[in-house]
Amino acid sequence: MKYQSQKVAYAYFLAAMALFGIQVLGGLLLGWIYVSPNTLSEVLPFNIVRMIHTNALIVWLLLGFFGAAYYLVPEESEREIFSVKLAYIQLAILVVGTLGAVGSYLVGIHGGREFLEQPLWVKFGILVAAVIFLVNVSLTFLAGRKTAITNILMMGLWLLCLLWIFAFINPDNLSLDKMYWWMVVHLWVEATWELVMAAILGFLMLKLTGVDREVIEKWLYIIVATALFSGILGTGHHFYWIGTPGYWQWIGSIFSTFEVVPFFAMMSFAFVMVWKGRKNHPNKAALLWSLGSSTVAFFGAGVWGFLHTLHGVNFYTHGTQITAAHGHLAFYGAYVALNLAMFTYAMPILRGRDPYNQVLNMASFWLMTGGMAFMTFTLTFAGTIQTHMQRIVGDYFMDVQDQLGLFYLMRFGSGIAVVLGALLFIYSMLVVRREVVKPGPVAVPGE
Amino acid sequence: MSEFLTKSRARNVFYGGSIFFVVVFVALTAQSHRHIVDKATAGMPLTDEVVLGKHVWERNSCINCHTLHGEGAYFAPEVGNVMTRWGVLDDPEGAYEMLDGWMAAQPSGIEGRRQMPHFEITEEEMRGLAEFLRWADQTDTQNWPPNDAG
Repeated sequence: MKYQSQKVAYAYFLAAMALFGIQVLGGLLLGWIYVSPNTLSEVLPFNIVRMIHTNALIVWLLLGFFGAAYYLVPEESEREIFSVKLAYIQLAILVVGTLGAVGSYLVGIHGGREFLEQPLWVKFGILVAAVIFLVNVSLTFLAGRKTAITNILMMGLWLLCLLWIFAFINPDNLSLDKMYWWMVVHLWVEATWELVMAAILGFLMLKLTGVDREVIEKWLYIIVATALFSGILGTGHHFYWIGTPGYWQWIGSIFSTFEVVPFFAMMSFAFVMVWKGRKNHPNKAALLWSLGSSTVAFFGAGVWGFLHTLHGVNFYTHGTQITAAHGHLAFYGAYVALNLAMFTYAMPILRGRDPYNQVLNMASFWLMTGGMAFMTFTLTFAGTIQTHMQRIVGDYFMDVQDQLGLFYLMRFGSGIAVVLGALLFIYSMLVVRREVVKPGPVAVPGE
Repeated sequence: MSEFLTKSRARNVFYGGSIFFVVVFVALTAQSHRHIVDKATAGMPLTDEVVLGKHVWERNSCINCHTLHGEGAYFAPEVGNVMTRWGVLDDPEGAYEMLDGWMAAQPSGIEGRRQMPHFEITEEEMRGLAEFLRWADQTDTQNWPPNDAG
């Protein structure tokens, strides 16, 4: 750790991992309700658990991004953070807001726009925290060295905070409500978050592979250019059936086809850099998560996204388990795994004890990734059957769902693997002090 | 390629291109806003009752089980066309009675069946919710869903 103020990232990562635990446990409960629908149906109904599952995910990913920014900006800008105190105040607001939101969900107080259910005071809290964050990192950034990594990171963070304004705009007209709702939801995950992802991935590649900064930064600009060129008009794939004009079917289909490009580019980037760099960085686990993240993001966001994005296909698959399959793998690959890559890289440095246990961490990667892949396959099969029975044949929703029990049972099984993987990850980060497997001798490379 | 595409060129392409696409997107969004208000949702007036119904819909977080125009939680049936499915799209009184009867029967308590919770909803609010669902059902959604099953 070069700068003392980077230490604030540690607190952010801890809070993020705690929420990660809550998120996957909520997910496991939801998976069980699919299998055994009477579970807790009177005390804790499905809709409340789902709010906790999705909100916890979003907040912990954001906490991870904020923590990553506090870790990365000092190192790139070559100076301490403007105010460590502000960073902790920001975290306190976010933690209080999150606990407040979960508490009010449990007693039945919540909004009704998907993912934006937070009570108004929590939304304002998030806004205040975002402003504090932007002031804090921007002043650090402006006073120091500017690199492509921080340029792109700052741009992504500024835009995502500005888009939060749309969380307060809820028109009475349902179709307008839906259209502006996507300005937060889509333009976060398929535009601004991609900038943050690319910047963090670029930083990790710089540290782990030792490739020349010039090369990495040129790649980064190309990646984020393809992300925004495709992602902004790619919003159109959400405007097919909500009352928006028909031309979105063509704009959405064409531009969301291009949305595969930035994810393919990020995957290629990661592998090419590792190949070119040949640096023998001791943190193998961070490298695994970085490569894994870009690869799974390509499949989850790129391939599974493309699978149902053409409007002729989406007409039949929209709002089925196909969407759920895509959502799970895309979020896991692009944002969960990327955050875990950053944690894996930074935590040993923040805690001043590398080397640390990498073997358990890598085991957790395969457990979680295997679980998510299996979950995606089962939901894709369930969605395919659902699409045929419900959308082609015209059978009623619940009749179709009754036929999908086996897939939901298998999905629950894969959920157990994911939860075990997540707990193993947290354990390997926080508890284990020694390596369980001794590293072999370093071989002298032969000519 | 590496000589032609320098880092500063790549950066300029990124900034310039992004501004271009933002401008196009904002223009199309403005046009879509007008389209929604003037055409797509003009089939039925947006009355106070419909707005009340939307608030009831939101307060009870129906979206976290159901889908509405395909967006939501996939755990419970699509409701963007539920009034068509019930055959009460043009019958406000019938729509209210169907909805009220359905909600009063929940939760069913049947073992192995997905449970819809019990919601505290006044008669005025229930009428609003029925009107909101009728209003949503009359939106021009480019003929989605493919059939009445939703």
